[in-house]
Amino acid sequence: MELLKVDQIEKYYGNKSSLTKAIDRLSFSVKEGEFVAIMGASGSGKTTLLNCISTIDSVTAGHIYLENEDITKLKGKGLNRFRREKLGFIFQDFNLLDTLTAYENIALALSIQKVPAAKIDAEIKTVAAQLGIEDVLSKYPYQMSGGQKQRVASARAIITKPKLILADEPTGALDSKSSKMLLERLGYLNRECKATIMMVTHDSFSASYAGRIIFIKDGQLFHEINRGTDSRKEFFDKIIDVVTLLGGDANDAL
Amino acid sequence: MLFKISCKNIRKSMRDYAIYFFTLVIGVSIFYVFNAIGTQMGFMKLADDTRQISELLVTLISMLSIFVAIVLGLLIVYASRFLMKRRNHEFAIYMTLGMSKGRISMILVLETMLIGIGSLVCGLLLGIGLSQLMSALVANLFEADMTDYAFTVSCDAIVKTLLCFVIIYLVAMIFNSLIITRMRLIQLIQSGQKSERVHLHNPVLCVLIFVIASAVLGRCYYQVGWDYANLTTRKLLICIICGAICTFLVFWSISGLLLRLVMMRKKTYYRGLNAFTFRQISSKVNTMVLSMSVICLMLFITICTLAAGFSVRNSLNHDLKTQCPVDMEVAAVNGSKPVDLTKDWVMRGHECGFPIDDYMSDYVQYCLYYFKDYKASDFLGPEAGDRWDTMIETFIGVSDYNRLAQLYGKDSIELSADEFVLLCDFKNMTDMRNDRLANNREITVGGTTLKSKYDHCVDGFVQISAQHINMGVFVVPDETLQNATVNLMVLSGNYRANTDAQKKSVDKKALKAFEHDYLINTKIDIANASIGLGAIITFIGLYIGIVFLIASGAILALKELSESVDSIHRYEMLRKIGVDERDLTRSLFRQTGIFFLLPFAVAAIHSVFGMKFAVNTLEIFGTGGLPESIAASAMILALIYGGYFVVTYLCAKAIVRDNSRL
Repeated sequence: MELLKVDQIEKYYGNKSSLTKAIDRLSFSVKEGEFVAIMGASGSGKTTLLNCISTIDSVTAGHIYLENEDITKLKGKGLNRFRREKLGFIFQDFNLLDTLTAYENIALALSIQKVPAAKIDAEIKTVAAQLGIEDVLSKYPYQMSGGQKQRVASARAIITKPKLILADEPTGALDSKSSKMLLERLGYLNRECKATIMMVTHDSFSASYAGRIIFIKDGQLFHEINRGTDSRKEFFDKIIDVVTLLGGDANDAL
Repeated sequence: MLFKISCKNIRKSMRDYAIYFFTLVIGVSIFYVFNAIGTQMGFMKLADDTRQISELLVTLISMLSIFVAIVLGLLIVYASRFLMKRRNHEFAIYMTLGMSKGRISMILVLETMLIGIGSLVCGLLLGIGLSQLMSALVANLFEADMTDYAFTVSCDAIVKTLLCFVIIYLVAMIFNSLIITRMRLIQLIQSGQKSERVHLHNPVLCVLIFVIASAVLGRCYYQVGWDYANLTTRKLLICIICGAICTFLVFWSISGLLLRLVMMRKKTYYRGLNAFTFRQISSKVNTMVLSMSVICLMLFITICTLAAGFSVRNSLNHDLKTQCPVDMEVAAVNGSKPVDLTKDWVMRGHECGFPIDDYMSDYVQYCLYYFKDYKASDFLGPEAGDRWDTMIETFIGVSDYNRLAQLYGKDSIELSADEFVLLCDFKNMTDMRNDRLANNREITVGGTTLKSKYDHCVDGFVQISAQHINMGVFVVPDETLQNATVNLMVLSGNYRANTDAQKKSVDKKALKAFEHDYLINTKIDIANASIGLGAIITFIGLYIGIVFLIASGAILALKELSESVDSIHRYEMLRKIGVDERDLTRSLFRQTGIFFLLPFAVAAIHSVFGMKFAVNTLEIFGTGGLPESIAASAMILALIYGGYFVVTYLCAKAIVRDNSRL
């Protein structure tokens, strides 16, 4: 079933004299239960795309449908409700509240949806087990490692059972070991909990955990590959081929 | 170049800290307004006696101004240090670019100068405007003639204000430069990266300290409020110091407990943004324990001075009407030689060149007696303490009293041969005497035993005064006084005069005639003294009150606004995960509200007992109209402190909202 449909969207910056087309007539769709990665070099428009889908930014033209609802038409309170109830966010810089413990950070996502306090505890325990963060729940962000922080942020993103989880360079601030652990957890959430995940990354290794990869260049769809039955290694090699084609810099291939 | 940087810096922070600048402006203008009172009164037509009191007022205000300047100076130094700490990152950039510390100091000096000049100019202009309003108040308080009044500018006050604030700003500059020279680049760079650490005090210790501090406070409250009779200056001082320390401890423990208490109520804590809201408040309170205690004490002093000041003034004016029913009262005193009973006041008047019947329309002569062997301790009993051994008890014959009552326009008293009535209107004394009468209504004086007609004192007085200070006069049957000694031989009456001017001229003659040999009290004298006293008390209360209020408001506002700037990213994050704008604003409102309410609530509790003490202490002045006075002080408080709260909330809202992209 089609969950997200991006239909001919455009996003322009600047004025008439110097117009930048961050996204140029881009269309694709994401099915329910998919793990999609969006790849592209810096400046290709992938973060803009994510911002448009997450309604943090507005499109210049075109439509984005989530469950057949046109989210580009949402305004004010509707926007907030949409973000609160349909989306889960994982940011590159974690965006955890430094004044709250991990537990409270996760609880916040539920409490702003007016979930009764009695139900919160059990749900947090479940999610914490899935992400392996039971032992850091009482800690503050400054007491955690980057990987732990990102897993807490992921827990916050999925605990509300959103339709779509948006991850913006989730491994960007992590070392390779933490990256691997996080990505394995995201894969687990996708497989076992049927979470639909859309991840923006420029790192081929991270992308290889996804089931499908959409490549963007200069705001337009460049290529799309499916993992199919490939092993992760085979899929990774395919990605490297496309990245080379895309003209990505050498670091991405590592 | 440096000048340009300074200008830009000011403009940048002006948006967030405008409230600090306004505090400076208000501080300057208040300083001017109160110091200009002297000059303004110079332009008014004041009675001679009032002029003396107005000079006293001016002297008092000058003295207070030194204290006020110190308070404002501390505020400015605190605020500029506080704002500097927030700019470490900026200084680090300057230093990595190779700017010398001297030049950075120069930037700060320029900034302080610009702000200083700006605030002085605005403040003086505002002050000159406000002082015109003030003169109306002054004229009203001193009951002066305003017909010749013109717009005044007090050069004296301007010079004084300039001098004071230039010194304050110079001190602030020196402090700033000292901090700059002590700065090290590595610390500056790292200061931005320091993660927020949340200190939670040990809860057991918090509860323990809270209980102990509350208990000590309770004990202090009891001592100043109820155990008033045993209160010595030493004890009072200990109470004040204990109170201040305990206030600090209470805030310290609250800062640790507040969050835990809310956290224990899981339902509340995990509802909506509550977790975020309370964490924010708790971190603010945590870093502000000392400032909050100081603010709380300042609010406490403000509430008490304002309420007590207004109340005293109210009752002074009110008492004058009731306690001073006649124009003049003159008494011959039993001093080194006994009162010469052969001469009555008509003869004495002739001797002194003040023929009574020429100058007075109606009058009464009476005597006040005492018994050598009947002291206050004999009446009150030994359990009242030995300080009553030296106080004589005063007696008046019932026929003398009834003639006087007729003159005063009061009800006369009917007594049978073995009865007496005790007149008393000094509150503390009335309470003690009532206790005695409730247990034992009999007294034995001059060989006769009399029984009180009532089981309590009767509210009343014999001699005129500005306040309720009659400690007790026994009205007894005339024949009881055969063996008593005359203490005072008194003439009490009204002048033969139709207009105020005539009254004043008779008054002058009376004073001149009797002042030397006798004890004379006139209504005009009492009125002037009490008007002046009332005005002085009002002015001092207002002066200290306003300055304390703006200082407390400014400190809280600065902290709240800087916290808001620090929290911008938190609000942005909350927006990203879909929190409604309305919920964010409500959270901000609660944070600001509780932050302002906390010191106020503790101050209010202090004030309840502080006022009880003030009422006891100021008993002689009378404390009538206390509810109205408290209402008036509450209004001033709500206006200034509440104003700071509202402006802070609105500014914080703008800061938080300003940066959102939606």
